Amino acid sequence: MIRFENVTKVYDQKARPALDSVNLEIDRGEFAFLVGASGSGKSTFLRLVLKEDRATSGAVYVAGQNVARISSWRVPRLRRGIGVVFQDFRLLPQKNVFANVAFAMQVIGKSRSVIRDTVPEVLKTVGLEGKEHRMPHELSGGEQQRVAIARAVVNRPGILLADEPTGNLDPTTSMGIMGVLDKINQNGTTVVMATHDDDIVNEMRKRVVELKNGVVIRDEAKALYTSMIPVVGESRRLKDASGREEPDAGRPGEAGEGGTQR
Amino acid sequence: MRLAFILSEIGSGLRRNLSMVVSVILVTFVSLTFVGAAGMLQMQINQMKGYWYDKVQVAIFLCSDGSTAAGCAGGSVTPEQQDSLNALLESPAVAQYINDFQFESKEDAYKHFKDQFSNSPIVDSVTPDQLPASFRINMKDPEKYEIISETFSSQPGVETVIDQRQLLERLFSVMNGASLVAVGIAGVMIVCAILLIATTIRLSAFSRRRETGIMRLVGASKTVIQLPFILEGVIAAVIGAALASATLWAVAHFFLGEYMSKQYPDTAFISSGQTLILAPALLILGGSLAGISSLLTLRRYLRV
Repeated sequence: MIRFENVTKVYDQKARPALDSVNLEIDRGEFAFLVGASGSGKSTFLRLVLKEDRATSGAVYVAGQNVARISSWRVPRLRRGIGVVFQDFRLLPQKNVFANVAFAMQVIGKSRSVIRDTVPEVLKTVGLEGKEHRMPHELSGGEQQRVAIARAVVNRPGILLADEPTGNLDPTTSMGIMGVLDKINQNGTTVVMATHDDDIVNEMRKRVVELKNGVVIRDEAKALYTSMIPVVGESRRLKDASGREEPDAGRPGEAGEGGTQR
Repeated sequence: MRLAFILSEIGSGLRRNLSMVVSVILVTFVSLTFVGAAGMLQMQINQMKGYWYDKVQVAIFLCSDGSTAAGCAGGSVTPEQQDSLNALLESPAVAQYINDFQFESKEDAYKHFKDQFSNSPIVDSVTPDQLPASFRINMKDPEKYEIISETFSSQPGVETVIDQRQLLERLFSVMNGASLVAVGIAGVMIVCAILLIATTIRLSAFSRRRETGIMRLVGASKTVIQLPFILEGVIAAVIGAALASATLWAVAHFFLGEYMSKQYPDTAFISSGQTLILAPALLILGGSLAGISSLLTLRRYLRV
């Protein structure tokens, strides 16, 4: 469903790449955690899947299509096949729950009757039945994130990207959100979740892809947040990285002086 | 559905940005009024030129029944007098100064008068008898008007010799100057309008960046995201253009039609209907200016 072939992304020529020759394949229907410190390249990974940025070299395939080959006027179609959830929910504060979810259908031209049928169904999936007419500020953080998830999946995308969806939530609420994401995954949607939350990763026991300084250092099925198996060659890299500040290469313009060493 | 959605987006954009929208309307209104005023002045000049202005320079008016000039003591011009004037115009002494000449009978004069004064009530009270017949002369050198005037003024049957150009040219140069000034002011105001529209669209895009960000993520097309902003600018500019058209119409109808035409009944003024020709031009000008400037702004400030 998502395939990275030797993908390198450089934001700043002087700094180290945000992603460095990443090879990765995530299959249809899979649930994968993307873990790693800030600046390890998780957000860059998600941005490349959405074609928010172009890979400097290598190829990114989404649903069998090389995204570099998608012309700009067809990018919306690519994004219709991908739902996205963020740490900060990004709901529209002046619209109620129903309208927030319906918005995602309106802007791609779905008819009123389809919206009327689909939205309550999706709200039920995320566990928000009966709260259609609440405003976002009347909801708890967990409920707001459920609305955001409902909005992301209402158009039935094949892929759901979640960028630290539990970052603002307490552990109990987070587990609730994970239940929702798992349910969506059971329905056949590929889920890729970038996270820092070790409890959740350890609880879920799904595939874990660990990034460090733009390099995939671990890719394990049914894994934990921290590796149980020492990886050969990993220790050298860790030594390399220790003793210097981690530059935040995940965002352009913020790369620190440490990057020049590479 | 998508249309309804775009319309509701436009509505909310206009409401949220009301003060900026009002200022766009006013600026386009003022700038297009100046553009239209320049157009109206040119139309008025054409109206005053009448049938003969571009064709001849000098008119020899012949005596008619009511003439009081010294040369008209014998009453209306006789066919013999007319023939001798014709012969004099064809004689080598005069013919060397003129390209050609035409005779305008009372009936012709009435016809041309009716065309020029079609907007004025005066046309109903004039009959062909009241209008003088005339010779219309196209000069080789318009400066030689004096020669024609001296030769013909004293001829029997001639009421007056008039150099029409000299009468009107000074007025026209003032009007042309005024329309140049109007065009100049319009130019500055249009630059203002374009910049203001760009700023307004920028503000509007900024205040709705949450919505547009989400629209992008869920795969809304470029058209659905951008069209509401572009149409916001276009609608404001078109309202301004409509106000400008209405103002020009009101000036033609109330000032020229009701006031000036009573003060100067012998001058042909443009009708209020004629100013409506300018309205589509102003609407298209306003709409396309706004459309282009918002499109360019969005290209810079709204990523799709």
